[in-house]
Amino acid sequence: MEELDGEPTVTLIPGVNSKKNQMCFDWGPGEMLVCETSFNKKEKSEMVPSCPFIYIIRKDVDVYSQILRKLFNESHGIFLGLQRIDEELTGKSRKSQLVRVSKNYRSVIRACMEEMHQVAIAAKDPANGRQFSSQVSILSAMELIWNLCEILFIEVAPAGPLLLHLLDWVRLHVCEVDSLSADVLGSENPSKHDSFWNLPGNTQTLTELELKWQHWHEECERYLQDSTFATSPHLESLLKIMLGDEAALLEQKELLSNWYHFLVTRLLYSNPTVKPIDLHYYAQSSLDLFLGGESSPEPLDNILLAAFEFDIHQVIKECSIALSNWWFVAHLTDLLDHCKLLQSHNLYFGSNMREFLLLEYASGLFAHPSLWQLGVDYFDYCPELGRVSLELHIERIPLNTEQKALKVLRICEQRQMTEQVRSICKILAMKAVRNNRLGSALSWSIRAKDAAFATLVSDRFLRDYCERGCFSDLDLIDNLGPAMMLSDRLTFLGKYREFHRMYGEKRFADAASLLLSLMTSRIAPRSFWMTLLTDALPLLEQKQVIFSAEQTYELMRCLEDLTSRRPVHGESDTEQLQDDDIETTKVEMLRLALARNLARAIIREGSLEGS
Amino acid sequence: MEEIYAKFVSQKISKTRWRPLPPGSLQTAETFATGSWDNEENYVSLWSIGDFGNLDSDGGFEGDHQLLCDIKHHGDVMDLQFFDQERIVAASSTGCVTVFLHHPNNQTLSVNQQWTTAHYHTGPGSPSYSSAPCTGVVCNNPEIVTVGEDGRINLFRADHKEAVRTIDNADSSTLHAVTFLRTPEILTVNSIGQLKIWDFRQQGNEPSQILSLTGDRVPLHCVDRHPNQQHVVATGGQDGMLSIWDVRQGTMPVSLLKAHEAEMWEVHFHPSNPDHLFTCSEDGSLWHWNASTDVPEKSSLFHQGGRSSTFLSHSISNQANVHQSVISSWLSTDPAKDRIEITSLLPSRSLSVNSLDVLGPCLVCGTDAEAIYVTRHLFS
Repeated sequence: MEELDGEPTVTLIPGVNSKKNQMCFDWGPGEMLVCETSFNKKEKSEMVPSCPFIYIIRKDVDVYSQILRKLFNESHGIFLGLQRIDEELTGKSRKSQLVRVSKNYRSVIRACMEEMHQVAIAAKDPANGRQFSSQVSILSAMELIWNLCEILFIEVAPAGPLLLHLLDWVRLHVCEVDSLSADVLGSENPSKHDSFWNLPGNTQTLTELELKWQHWHEECERYLQDSTFATSPHLESLLKIMLGDEAALLEQKELLSNWYHFLVTRLLYSNPTVKPIDLHYYAQSSLDLFLGGESSPEPLDNILLAAFEFDIHQVIKECSIALSNWWFVAHLTDLLDHCKLLQSHNLYFGSNMREFLLLEYASGLFAHPSLWQLGVDYFDYCPELGRVSLELHIERIPLNTEQKALKVLRICEQRQMTEQVRSICKILAMKAVRNNRLGSALSWSIRAKDAAFATLVSDRFLRDYCERGCFSDLDLIDNLGPAMMLSDRLTFLGKYREFHRMYGEKRFADAASLLLSLMTSRIAPRSFWMTLLTDALPLLEQKQVIFSAEQTYELMRCLEDLTSRRPVHGESDTEQLQDDDIETTKVEMLRLALARNLARAIIREGSLEGS
Repeated sequence: MEEIYAKFVSQKISKTRWRPLPPGSLQTAETFATGSWDNEENYVSLWSIGDFGNLDSDGGFEGDHQLLCDIKHHGDVMDLQFFDQERIVAASSTGCVTVFLHHPNNQTLSVNQQWTTAHYHTGPGSPSYSSAPCTGVVCNNPEIVTVGEDGRINLFRADHKEAVRTIDNADSSTLHAVTFLRTPEILTVNSIGQLKIWDFRQQGNEPSQILSLTGDRVPLHCVDRHPNQQHVVATGGQDGMLSIWDVRQGTMPVSLLKAHEAEMWEVHFHPSNPDHLFTCSEDGSLWHWNASTDVPEKSSLFHQGGRSSTFLSHSISNQANVHQSVISSWLSTDPAKDRIEITSLLPSRSLSVNSLDVLGPCLVCGTDAEAIYVTRHLFS
């Protein structure tokens, strides 16, 4: 068991007196159910709990924020685009693509931030306004961290351009908070800046730049020592700042909003060609100097420091603790993994860090009634545990309309999850049968290619026919088409209906042979044979002979088969006796009709033509 | 085709519909309604696409759609239709049909009328009452026809409390969509691949005609009638197949066109240019089918952002007596002459496109990725 990284927070449940009574709870996929029990701490368990509610506790409230939903949806698109980037791209083109993806993510965060800012300003309730504002600052911090990671890990800026990127980074973020100070400090000696860096088509090498800068630095130092500007203390302190003197810089502390602004300014004036690996010395000392022992570093400071130290795992770990939602770490880790920066770090259950974070994020999405569709794609790109997680989650999505069920089924079919398809179709088919929607039930069993269920539906139809004497839902049975082949019972149903149709059209010979084939081919269930034989009666009683002698023998054989194997019923109600009476009468009538038909058939077949 | 604007709206969109323009109006479409689904709280919303050259207060782009007003809707919005300029009818997954009224002076929506038990499996009288989702609604002022998963067809009239006519158990499977053919006749499609025509002038609960596909009974999800030729109907199926039917002739479709890779949710003929057809699907794409005869000149302009391919229409019934003076290009049975140009309109594949609507040069569609796409230049 790992040690705790921080103290767990306590959440009070309204209405429950936790001092008096005990609570019980149960874990769900993303939530917890809590309610009060009637056990109280003094062991007397007769009292009724005072709080009648069951509470659902959600840790991740961000998923329910209207504005953050846009973040989830847009980043989902970017995530998919990233996964589909051609694996074979290497070198510069790959790097530029990855940088572009990173910038896309960041612009989505910024868009969200701006929208939330607008809502915060427009909020009528100050408590709401404060909540939105704190969300804005969280998003701002996220973008700050992401931007730094982009510069250090993805762009992998070498010495020289590194400082420029860092300058932009600070300018972008500090300018939001305090535009005035940045202008004062950032735009000093702009001409000197430009002439140095000469950015587009930089033909100077790093050494040349360093030499130029050294030259300029020494010149400034000479000015200072010669006390050229002694008459103006303001200009002198300006000179000291340009020499990168820390004390002078710190004097302007109010204009520097935070330690990383201080860091970059310091680097600009003392070591503009700083190499990435040297950054962390400056970072740590800048932090210490800026805080001056008055306050302790905040979580954001630790994260940035870890980034300057190129400790990616520490960055991710700290972010996971500080943020309440897995969105940030999941997407950032995935992107860094694509940059091939993460060593495979086996966690307790065998998957790597990227997969772990993506699984957590996607599971959180599945706990939301609507965002589960996004989660599906995230599971797709978790090679080890993604599929099995998806299988478990997708079966538990509540299906209140057929349209939603169709979407879920499509997801399962695209991934060849046949078990889930079957189980979902079975649930829907059962519901349909219970609601007497036999056509829907059949349509679901066809989709799942579930022969057993098709048999069940057919049995229902046949039962209805026996009870009512006519078919319900003729539109369905008459138009089964190839679906008839799904199950024997269904085929029988279709063919039986065809028999009725033929009889109605007076195609007696066809009807007769169909009826016979139904019985002899054994697709008719035994329970139905009596009905079939009874259906044969009117054909036997026709003026012309329909059944041939051969066919009549077959019918007789079926009848004998049926009567000889009649099971003996244990009960002896009068109803049962009456039933038996009816049965016996039927059998008698059949025997008579068969015999008569046989006689006529033999005579007809034995006679010569024309005589 | 020029740009198509996307906006993420924090709710999965199930239906989008343009507000109809007053007859004889020269304006272009400006307002559309959307319905959401699968949320704990669903909404019917009205959006405006604003005027040209108008930058709104937070610097949104010209053409960016803005929310005018919305109202909570109980259950998923399964279908949405404009009844007239001010009223919108919404079909709910709770079996309820609601008429919303838009008040333009203070930009609000309110409930004008509601039929709460329009669709159910076991009736409200019984103790085991269970409602059924209402899957489709179509309006023809003053009539409203609804169909649902209970296989029931209802005919309502605005301002009548009870249904004027109900056909119980019209179908043993789910009815997915309904459209008007001629005024007293409607056409429904169901989940066993059948089209049924019902005539309200007749008593009795039997359809006057049944048409179906041969082969597999693939469920049909959407239907639309040709705006000028009332016997030509297009349907979309669960396997993404587009079928064109002539309901006067035969019981089988005239053309079967292999289209999308997954369920086709909506099919629409363009109301003023019926040689153009639009379909959207679960596979995340929205296609523009152009069957007009002057395809070659237009084809170069349509290559924006999508693949374009030419399909031959596969005619399966050679009706010899096709002698009308105006032969619809959709029914044309000459495979050599017949070329349909297909263009994909969305810039990239997203989650399912659930709904689309076209009016004049404007198209709007909504997706499960919680985005609404609008373009105002369909035929440039």
